[in-house]
Amino acid sequence: MAARKGTKSIEVINRRIRQGKVVVVTADEMTEIVRAKGPARAAREVDVVTTGTFAPMCSSGAFINFGHTKPAIKAARVWLNRVPAYAGVAAVDIYIGAAEPAEDDPLNRVHPGQFKYGGGHVIQDLVAGKRVTLEATAYGTDCYPNREMRKKVTLDELPYAMLMNPRNGYQNYNCAVNLSKKTAYTYMGVLKPEAGNANYSTSGQLSPLLNDPYYRTMGLGTPIFLGGGRGRIIGPGTQHNPRVKRHKKGTPLAPAGTLMVMGDLKQMDPRWLVGVSILGYGCSLAVGLGIPIPILDEEMAAFTGISDEEIFTQVIDYGNDYPKGQAKSLGRVSYAELNSGTIRFQGREVPTVPLSSRVRAREICEILKEWIQKGEFLLDEPVEPLPSA
Amino acid sequence: MYSKVLSLRFPRKIVNEPVVVNLVKKFDLTFNILKATIYPRKEGLMVLELRGHTKNYQRGVRYLKEMGVKVESIGQDIKRNDARCIQCGACTAVCPTGALYIKRPEMEVIFDSEKCSACELCVPTCFSHAMEVKFDRMLAG
Ligand code: SF4
Ligand code: SF4
Repeated sequence: MAARKGTKSIEVINRRIRQGKVVVVTADEMTEIVRAKGPARAAREVDVVTTGTFAPMCSSGAFINFGHTKPAIKAARVWLNRVPAYAGVAAVDIYIGAAEPAEDDPLNRVHPGQFKYGGGHVIQDLVAGKRVTLEATAYGTDCYPNREMRKKVTLDELPYAMLMNPRNGYQNYNCAVNLSKKTAYTYMGVLKPEAGNANYSTSGQLSPLLNDPYYRTMGLGTPIFLGGGRGRIIGPGTQHNPRVKRHKKGTPLAPAGTLMVMGDLKQMDPRWLVGVSILGYGCSLAVGLGIPIPILDEEMAAFTGISDEEIFTQVIDYGNDYPKGQAKSLGRVSYAELNSGTIRFQGREVPTVPLSSRVRAREICEILKEWIQKGEFLLDEPVEPLPSA
Repeated sequence: MYSKVLSLRFPRKIVNEPVVVNLVKKFDLTFNILKATIYPRKEGLMVLELRGHTKNYQRGVRYLKEMGVKVESIGQDIKRNDARCIQCGACTAVCPTGALYIKRPEMEVIFDSEKCSACELCVPTCFSHAMEVKFDRMLAG
């Protein structure tokens, strides 16, 4: 392929990172730069744009190997601080899912349940260096006779702990209202009746996949900021769906792409992996995710120059339609409107409530920018792109 | 007109006195009780919104203190643990007084304890258990 004017390769960008000459800006800054100078000049001046998001992300969890015991055990059921982990992987391999509530949690028996402790909290406690009680039961085999074990473990003592999130970084998400007559306790937060509030959850112009709408630079192997440490994209996440209606600038108008990501839990930070309790819904994990986007050419500069005014989502009724499995768009709103504090919906002003932290997303963009500027973080060509159509 | 939400802690010996009624009779104040618990052998706790002219309000509060009531502005009782707060904004859906609000354009989630009525709606709503109720804990002890 003939190199277009102003085209840069990842190799060239990495050389600039190593030489300390790289120009890195955050997605917020890039929006201003492209607005002021246009994409062509921005592409010449900027090498990398950092993006970030920090929000509860269900479909997160960790693979843990807890080491062989004496006598040996083939664990059939395992709990970490009374939260069940999936033990059907191997003798002492487990997967702890962020959404799993503690064994004795009252759930929604008294509605709305509080879901005070779950898998996400276990992961945060481990990363914070706390001792976690590991219990296992087994049926016993000739090679693994032990039928029961219980011990306290810390992350340091675990031979292996890998954060592996099957679906993170949703490219756009619904704006949720409740058109029923009673309060709805949903994964989109508390929704007051008759559209009392409108909740939304992406970091808009900072959001990784909204800055690379057709996944030109992301795929298997892309290095990322994950949970305060380093990780990689390992493929499309569950429910990845590139085939949705899009704005003329490329951003989807409904939930679209997702990422599967992984990274060694031992180098992560509890500030960026926070156990979350969602009233009446369940447990989750707030995950800090940041992705550097190489500005290969003018098109990538234009993509990363996107602003909240140009990113739209659909309003969905979580009171009646969504629970029935009949979600349909009741209107379109921009992230600029959502961030303003109210949206106009069905002829009146509805207050908006963010669930994804802009403040912390901005912090991720800054941290990643610093890592790259200091030459500590290099980019990589994806080995396999994400499916884009 | 002045109005403030206060938590009153009554020592055992005056739990049965008509202290709050006297606020109305003697000081021309109005009140709205938000929460009241009296434990037989312990102290009593009342959270109320007290309203009236500033002078009367101050005299009323002085009277309460003279009677041995521990008076605290409620802002000291509902706290946000800022180390736990992840700045998401989920709590702003339920806060009826605007004590939890979003500062724009930064999108920072602010807790203004002066505006807090101690309704506790944010406590279970908060994603990360950052909103803490202090007085319940004291009484539980
Ligand atoms: S207790 Fe919480 S919800 Fe209620 S007024 Fe205070 S901050 Fe707002
Ligand atoms: S819901 Fe809790 S964590 Fe989120 S902004 Fe409010 S106080 Fe902070």
